[in-house]
Amino acid sequence: MTTVAKKFIMALSGLALVGFVITHLLGNLTLYSHTDEPFNAYAFKLHSFGSLLLVAEVGLVAIFLTHIVYGLTAKKTSLSARPKGYRVWRSKGGETPSNISSRNMAISGSILLAFVLLHVWQFRFGPAIEAGYVTTMHGEQARDLHRLIVETFKNPAWVAVYVAAMLFLGLHLRHGFWSAFQSAGLTRHNTTVKLRIFGGLLAAALTVGFLFIPVYIYFAF
Amino acid sequence: MMTLNLEIWRQKNSQDSGRFATYQLSGITPDMSFLEMLDLLNEQLIKKGEAPVEFDSDCREGICGSCGLVINGQAHGKEMATTTCELYMRHFQDGDTIVIEPWRAKAFPVLRDLCVDRTAFDRIIAAGGYTSAKSGPHPDGNAILISKPVADSAMESATCIGCGACVAACPNASASLFTAAKISQLAVLPQGQVERGRRVFRMVRQMDAEGFGNCTNIGECRAACPKEISIDNIATMKREYAAALLRGDES
Ligand code: HEM
Ligand code: FES
Repeated sequence: MTTVAKKFIMALSGLALVGFVITHLLGNLTLYSHTDEPFNAYAFKLHSFGSLLLVAEVGLVAIFLTHIVYGLTAKKTSLSARPKGYRVWRSKGGETPSNISSRNMAISGSILLAFVLLHVWQFRFGPAIEAGYVTTMHGEQARDLHRLIVETFKNPAWVAVYVAAMLFLGLHLRHGFWSAFQSAGLTRHNTTVKLRIFGGLLAAALTVGFLFIPVYIYFAF
Repeated sequence: MMTLNLEIWRQKNSQDSGRFATYQLSGITPDMSFLEMLDLLNEQLIKKGEAPVEFDSDCREGICGSCGLVINGQAHGKEMATTTCELYMRHFQDGDTIVIEPWRAKAFPVLRDLCVDRTAFDRIIAAGGYTSAKSGPHPDGNAILISKPVADSAMESATCIGCGACVAACPNASASLFTAAKISQLAVLPQGQVERGRRVFRMVRQMDAEGFGNCTNIGECRAACPKEISIDNIATMKREYAAALLRGDES
C-alpha cells in the first residue's frame, strides 16, 4: 500500500474517532448534573442495547487499532527516511505554519493510547454491581457508575491525570482535524485556513468540555 | 566587511561518516551572495592546499534548483521565497556563527561535503511525469483552449525547480510537495489526460520506493519552497489518487 493510501485510512479512522469523541462528550455532559440520576440513566440506556452495544464496541476497537497501527507505521517510515538528522533545525513559519501539535502527532497519539487503555480498564472493566456499585433503574438493579466516577475524581491525582490527557487530546486534534481533510484531498485553497481554524476551535471545545468534568466533580461533590 | 564563524559539514565521500569543521572567514561584504561567500572560503582553502568545500550550483539566479543548503537549520536560510544562491550576506551580522549542512534524507545520500544525490527526483518524474502528444504537423496555436485559471494553476505548480528544499525541511523527509506539484501541473492540462490516473499511481509508488517519509501535513515544505508552491498541490495529489482508485484506472 502506498503512503497516500495509508493516509486515506488514517484520515477516515481519525475522523471516525473524532465522531466518537464528540458523542462521548455529549453523553458525558450528564455528569455536569448535581445528581447521579441523569448519568446512570444514560449508561443504563446504552447497556440496554445489549449485543448492539457490543458490536459498536468491537467496531470502535477496530477503528482504534487501525488508526494506531497505520499511524505508527507512518511514523516508522518517516524515521527511517532521515537516518541522520540535522544538528540545527528551525521552523520557517509560512502561511500554514507548523506547530507543536503538528510536529508531535505520534507522541500525543501514543499518550492518548496509554490514556485510553487506563481509562477503559478503570471504568469499563472497573468494579461493578458485584463489588457493591449498585443502584436501581426502573425497578432493576443497575451499575452505579456515577459513584465510581465521583470516588475516582475525589482523588486529585486522578483529576491531574485526566486533565493532562485531555490537553494531549486537544493537541492531537488541533492538527488532526484539518489534516484529515487534507490527507483525503478534500481541501481547496479557500477552505484550508477555515478548516485549520475550525479544527482548532473544535479541539479546544472538546478539551474544555472533557477536562472540566473531573474538575467539576472534585469541587462540586 | 564582516567576519563570520562557519561550521560546515565535511564528508569525503558517501562512505565517510563525516564531521563538522569550523572556519573563521573575514572579508565578507553584505552584497555577496551566500555562494560567493563560500567561493571566498574555497579560494582561501585552495591557497592553503586544503580541499575546498564542495557544493552544487549552476545558474546562481534561482531557476535551476541545484543549489541547496540547510543554513542555521533552515533550508535555503531564513529568507522566504529564496534559493541559497539568492540569499545575500546582508541578512547576517558581523560575528555570527552559521551552521551549514547538506539536505538530510535517506533518498538524498551525501556524495561529498554539501553535495547530495537528488536523482531520486528524476526517477519520480520518469515514472510518470510525461504526457503523450500527437505526432504530425504542428498544431494550431489556439487549437487547444486552456482557460486562464487553469493555465495559472498549472503554471504555479510548474514553477517547482526540483531543488529538494521541501524534503530537507520536512520533519518526515517526505517528497510529497515535489511529487504533488509535478502531478498537479499535468493533471489540470488537457494534454495530461490520457495518463492522468496511471501517472499519479506510478509517481506515488516511485516516491515511496525511493525511501522518502510519510507526509503528515506539517507544512514546513511550503515555507521552505523558494517558489512558494502551495500545499494545495498535496490535496490535489490525494484527490487525483482517490479519483483514479474510484475510476479503477490501471496502475
Ligand atoms: C481519541 C482518539 C483519537 C482521535 C480522535 C484521533 C484523531 C486523529 C486524526 C483526525 C488524525 C489526522 C489524520 C490525517 O492527517 O489523515 C490523526 C493522526 C494521527 N494519529 Fe490519531 N487520533 C486518536 C488517537 C490516536 C492514538 C491512540 C494514536 C496512537 C498511537 C494516534 C496516532 C496518530 C498519529 C501518529 C497520527 C499522525 C499520522 C499521520 O498523519 O499520518 N492517534 N489522529
Ligand atoms: S544555483 Fe540555480 S537555483 Fe541556485
